[in-house]
Amino acid sequence: MSENVLRVTELKRYFDVSKPLLNRILEGGGRQVVRAVDGVSFEIERGETFSLVGESGCGKSTVARLIVGLYHPSDGDVEFEGVSLGRPASRARHPEKQARMQMIFQDPYASLNPRWRVGDIIAEPIRFRKLEQGAAVMERVGELLKLVGLAPRDAAKYPHEFSGGQRQRISIARALAGKPDFLVCDEPTSALDVSVQAQILNLMKELQKELNLTYLFISHNLAVVYHVSTKVGVMYLGRLVEWSETKTLFGNPLHPYSRMLLDAIPDLEMSGRARTPVGGEVPSPINPPPGCSFHPRCPFANERCKSEVPAVLSYGSQHVACHAVQEGRLPLWRDAAAA
Amino acid sequence: MATDRSNVPLLEVSNLRVEFATRRGPLVAIDDISFSIAPGEVLGVVGESGAGKSLTGTAIIGLLEPPGGITAGEIRLAGRRIDNLPHDEMRKIRGKEIGAIFQDPLTSLNPLYRVSEQLIETIRTHLPMDASQARARALTLLQEVGIPGAAERLDHYPHQFSGGMRQRVVIALALAAEPKLIVADEPTTALDVSIQAQIISLLKRLCREHGTAVMLITHDMGVIAETADRVAVMYAGRIAEIGPVQDVVKRPLHPYTTGLMGAIPAIGHDVHALTQIDGSMPRLDSIPRGCAFNPRCTKVFDRCRVERPDPIPQGRTAVACWLYDGAGR
Repeated sequence: MSENVLRVTELKRYFDVSKPLLNRILEGGGRQVVRAVDGVSFEIERGETFSLVGESGCGKSTVARLIVGLYHPSDGDVEFEGVSLGRPASRARHPEKQARMQMIFQDPYASLNPRWRVGDIIAEPIRFRKLEQGAAVMERVGELLKLVGLAPRDAAKYPHEFSGGQRQRISIARALAGKPDFLVCDEPTSALDVSVQAQILNLMKELQKELNLTYLFISHNLAVVYHVSTKVGVMYLGRLVEWSETKTLFGNPLHPYSRMLLDAIPDLEMSGRARTPVGGEVPSPINPPPGCSFHPRCPFANERCKSEVPAVLSYGSQHVACHAVQEGRLPLWRDAAAA
Repeated sequence: MATDRSNVPLLEVSNLRVEFATRRGPLVAIDDISFSIAPGEVLGVVGESGAGKSLTGTAIIGLLEPPGGITAGEIRLAGRRIDNLPHDEMRKIRGKEIGAIFQDPLTSLNPLYRVSEQLIETIRTHLPMDASQARARALTLLQEVGIPGAAERLDHYPHQFSGGMRQRVVIALALAAEPKLIVADEPTTALDVSIQAQIISLLKRLCREHGTAVMLITHDMGVIAETADRVAVMYAGRIAEIGPVQDVVKRPLHPYTTGLMGAIPAIGHDVHALTQIDGSMPRLDSIPRGCAFNPRCTKVFDRCRVERPDPIPQGRTAVACWLYDGAGR
């Protein structure tokens, strides 16, 4: 087994969404808490790409932000290269670890300062960490720009002079400027067109090989996730319901929610397979259903699912939180059944 | 129905040209495109941002705003020319004969009015009904689009609905006056995959039941493959390729379509790198001479750089590419 870069244990983040105190006193009603992330655990090995998928509001971006330290966990721990960074104080004690993880955001229009030249945007992490001095800074910026497929002279331009795909390349160059070995990519291609998305995904794969990077990749697009990842985790309402190797998860998904997600993808092959769109929507995370939070939409739910939260159990290389899987009362997945 | 399909197209767009007047002269956003939609047919329009697909839809429903305007060509709905109608006439057609569904359901509903008021207003504008009949029809519509507890939800405000439910309300609004054509501009782009699947199958079922034709504008080839009968691929204001969905998806002819299909990651399809189309779509003020795709094309030759190709029929498909000029004959 290779080395774990990141280990997340029972990570939790609650947001207080109560009404202001005065309103609570006058109108009644207690505190309200959104359990955005509610006990998520996984590990990422060096050089691999771990993807989190799920629908909006399932907490995947919150996990990303917890890992890079943009949010502090309510409970649980984030361990990066063997050092615990869960508490703000321990994160502050290890700036060198913190600097080794960087983030790429979804919207390349919002994540670059429009008043800064591209060169300064990319040079900021270099100057901040004092990686280079004087003229060497701009030399390094030029190198980085070349690495992501832009020209060194682009450093003098402003972000508005670039297209969406080129801006995302700039974001990647900025993320790489601090010499990280772990990148958190939060929907890096969701705002891009398919042909540009292909360029960015190819670039990210090349860079990963060249610089031996580890990625945590967040996306709602299962096809993109299949293409880039080594392992995939499926999130639903703040919990990781299933995670395993990409091939295993897509070939034989166990959790009913994973199956539903896979069934919902529009079929480019048009093989004529009958789709069964699952009814219902993601419930509000303020008042999640008791027990397994997927039970109101799950065709296999029984009494136990309505009351008891399923724990993540391992079945070979697959990790699933589902009572039906544990009790062996889940039918075979369509591909497995056909084979 | 079968004779209708072959003879009279419901919508006929011929040589449509849309320009934007600017200080530095007109920008051509849609350049001489022609297509038709048969009654009950679903035509998918795909392309990347800036290809002109939404603008085509906007031109059809007559909502182009200055400085944009139609400068050439015509649009006919069931044989009647609609692109030069006065504002008031067009208002009667919009909603009554052409319904519209937009990407963001929150902005296409008025947040200050109850859903019932919005539905009843649309119904009474176009159909001769009194208030109680219209209300009954509104309720039927909400039930038809699958809103649970429609009777009580009828009097809710848009913010009380979730994204998927709001899009169902918008579909109900579009269907309110039984239009013959619906222009759906990215109807599922703002929604999650599981909700997207629900909305697509709903749209498909309703249009089949009502015999409504749909112009489905989206950037998602998967949605097109599942829903459309024919597909038009747009690039830089022109139609690059138009034909039956199976043909275009499985055997794309235009180098742009080929590249686009290869650029889409697919589950179960293991490739190390995706097909990459280098560069990006040209800006409107710098569309290259000849074929607009020529700087990014891998099969470019001299003629592509000087002469602009028009769609050339290839079996059931038409392709705007010089590779096919004379090649198929």
